[in-house]
Amino acid sequence: MTKAGTAVAAAKPLTPAVPPPQRRGVELALIVLAVLLSVYGYCAVGLARTGTVPPGAAGYGAGLGVLAVLAHLAVRLRAPYADPLPLPIGVLLNGLGLVLIYRLDLETPDDPAAPAQLVWSTLGVGLFIVVVLLLRDHRVLQRYAYVSVVGALGLLTLPILFPAVNGARIWIRIAGFSIQPGEFAKVLLAVFFAAYLAANGKALAYAGRRVWFVQLPTGRVLGPVLAIWLISVGVLVLERDLGTSLLFFGLFVVLLYVATGRTGWIAVGLLLAVLGAVAVSWLEPHVHGRVEDWLHPLATIEAGRGPNQLAQSLFAFAAGGFLGTGLGLGHSVLIGFATKSDFILATAGEELGLAGLSAIFLLYGLLVARGYRAGLDLRDPFGRLLAVGLASLVALQVFVIAGGVTGLIPLTGMAMPFLAQGGSSVVTNWAITALLIRLSDSASRGQPDARVIP
Amino acid sequence: MTKYIRHAAFFCALLLAALLVNAARVQVFGSRSYDGNPANRRAAIARYGQPRGDILVDGLPVTGSRDSHEQLRHERTYANGPLYAPVTGFSSQEYGTTFLEHAEDGILSGSDPLLSPFPLYNDVTRARNPAGDVVTTLNRAAQEAAYQGLGARKGAVAAIEPATGRVLALVSTPSYDPAQLSGNGTTAISAWARLNHDPEQPMLNRAVRQTYPPGSTFKVVTAAAALDAGVIRDLDERTDSPDPFTLPGTRTRLTNEGDGCRDASLRTAFEWSCNTVFAKLGADVGAENMVSTAQAFGFNDTSLRIPFSVSPSTFDTTVDRAQLALSSIGQYNTRATPLQMAMVAAAVANGGQLREPYLVERTVRKGGETIATPGSRPPRQAMHPATAMTMKELMTDVVREGTGANAAIRGATVGGKTGTAQHGVGNTGVPYAWFVSWAQADTDLEPKVAVAVVVEDASADRGEISGGGDAAPIAKAVMRAVLGL
Repeated sequence: MTKAGTAVAAAKPLTPAVPPPQRRGVELALIVLAVLLSVYGYCAVGLARTGTVPPGAAGYGAGLGVLAVLAHLAVRLRAPYADPLPLPIGVLLNGLGLVLIYRLDLETPDDPAAPAQLVWSTLGVGLFIVVVLLLRDHRVLQRYAYVSVVGALGLLTLPILFPAVNGARIWIRIAGFSIQPGEFAKVLLAVFFAAYLAANGKALAYAGRRVWFVQLPTGRVLGPVLAIWLISVGVLVLERDLGTSLLFFGLFVVLLYVATGRTGWIAVGLLLAVLGAVAVSWLEPHVHGRVEDWLHPLATIEAGRGPNQLAQSLFAFAAGGFLGTGLGLGHSVLIGFATKSDFILATAGEELGLAGLSAIFLLYGLLVARGYRAGLDLRDPFGRLLAVGLASLVALQVFVIAGGVTGLIPLTGMAMPFLAQGGSSVVTNWAITALLIRLSDSASRGQPDARVIP
Repeated sequence: MTKYIRHAAFFCALLLAALLVNAARVQVFGSRSYDGNPANRRAAIARYGQPRGDILVDGLPVTGSRDSHEQLRHERTYANGPLYAPVTGFSSQEYGTTFLEHAEDGILSGSDPLLSPFPLYNDVTRARNPAGDVVTTLNRAAQEAAYQGLGARKGAVAAIEPATGRVLALVSTPSYDPAQLSGNGTTAISAWARLNHDPEQPMLNRAVRQTYPPGSTFKVVTAAAALDAGVIRDLDERTDSPDPFTLPGTRTRLTNEGDGCRDASLRTAFEWSCNTVFAKLGADVGAENMVSTAQAFGFNDTSLRIPFSVSPSTFDTTVDRAQLALSSIGQYNTRATPLQMAMVAAAVANGGQLREPYLVERTVRKGGETIATPGSRPPRQAMHPATAMTMKELMTDVVREGTGANAAIRGATVGGKTGTAQHGVGNTGVPYAWFVSWAQADTDLEPKVAVAVVVEDASADRGEISGGGDAAPIAKAVMRAVLGL
């Protein structure tokens, strides 16, 4: 008995480690399903509107399919152990977004957005392939922490030089193209936060005085937190962009908590966030109006000025009911402005119903969950924080915009990841997906903690 | 760190749950109130998304639908708008619907659940049924004859089939083209303002929504009440009627236009429309009997729907003897719609049985399959059959040798009664000319048509206004159109 047990124990290190499953076949099958679903949606729009399959259906399907398969090949080549879910989810959401934008283009024949969105999607998938091919190890990014933060702040401040569009200074316009630099800044900030907290997490964890139930952080480490808070409020005030500000601050608080485990940070963070939000909503009429609209979405109707955008959005969701009106048969175009971008979800809600909307939410939920899974499986603190950060970015962004258009929280102009019209957003989200693929690949390989950063 | 990542993941799950719960709140539990919000255009878009059903007269549509390719796609058109406006009303994207367009809106717009092939079908498919059509009881020839008869004068005509209550003609002049109001653009808005500010009130449906003092035509009711109550037993017996007649309890003296009314028999008094005789007769019959007979004819009925509502005609129930005397000759608070007076003539023609008038023969699906036949309602006895026989005789005399000679038709028995109702402060307004009548072709077994005509401003330049002169020829034309003579 004893001998045999010893033999087994002794033999264990000698057996070759079972290679982790690759699951690339699953990924390919899911990609095919995602492309077919998108093409089906595209055809459904045409059948509902004109009774015929749209002429571009084959081309659209082929284009999306080729992009997806190229991305899949890149993953197969350089990240064979990656999670099989993020790529099909990205393809499905992007394809569905194209369907919805094409569907809304039918209402605004003078202003088609689907072709440009297809170009941006191509660029996004291109960036995905480049990242997967070139970024062999995510820890390389840790070295560029401070470059990232400088770049992020630069991108964030750039739109201040440009005129405000619809009340918010978040766009820059170059040669007819609108770019939202804040979208790219998100990824850079996530990299910086992850790197900074991976390096300084232990120092930040030193507890200060305990007040009541809350363990306050020491004054020495409060500085960086306050700095980030000030930057967030600065963004909010200068760019009048409540959503982006909320997103950055939320991301920072989540990562700070994960890095230090101090509930005190959450308390301080929430307190600062509430203070900042209340102060700004009082001082800034644009933000104040958004809060008023949220509290009383139908007030403009009672005042005889007709329904505002939020009311129209709620009407659209309500018209969808449980099963929706069917693709192409809703009237979300009544929302008027920004139906293809900020309010794209209203079209999904009206035409696909609560069933379709829940499916979309669950797809995002799955993407976030896979990001967290990678975060749990990774060993190096930077990788863990980066995975959690990127997943939280998607989660927070979906919550802020989806909660906004459904009247759960005050409305803020932000792009629904993958779905909404907006090149910067699509490209950024493909970059996030690429990083998640890389992180999950590293997690599956089970790289040791101590390995030297190349 | 693993524990904290799990906590953060749990936080994200909470956010997802909040989104799902809120989506269910908006989309399922709160959807009814959002869908019903008047500022939500979806209901209007769906309503005008398909062609509206048609209103049919003699098997042919008098309405239509036009695809405007706007957000509210289909607009109403009318084949002969002004002629049928008192029946169809308008269907406006801006101002709603009236008359048949309103009463039968469920069928015409396709929202009526009766239109679906089987119950709950539309709740499953979420599709709208094709609109149904409404088949009216109108007689095209009678309608046109009435409209042409009134011409440029202000007035109204109502004609019904006595045995069934089918409305054969319903005309009001001056009229308007309801197609002007169909859309929701500036033309509709300016037309609405213009029509509403027009002093001639072209949108007023005088046949069913305007009450007039019926004047002498009300003597049909008073005579029927006197016969029913047994106050008069012999048509040719002299009545004890002074001329002039002093209203009981007052010093007001009532006179007649002509002579020969003192102690005149009912036959003579009816033929020559003696106010003194009928005022005294009404007072003799008593308020109770007068009110019950008037109400049996349909006065004071606030619930009549044909299927749109009809303004109640009134006979005051709380009167002293002087007021009763005036009420009995169609003055004081006695007021009647033209349709009400047509009902009076119809009840006489139909042996005392009154059928409530109705305009909708049946509603049908697009393919012609019948959905519903509202049809005739049970009759009600307005007077004894014997009284009705006597009244027919009296009314026939009026046309044969009295004030209604202008309504006589060769080849038919016609009964009628003229009326000239004074109104305005001190009776200074231009009098209304009335004529009520019924006609039975010699080849028919029963009277086929009962008509009431009122002319408000019978051409002042022609001097004397009278029911016999202005209104009777119009009634004659309508009756001829129905009888085909």
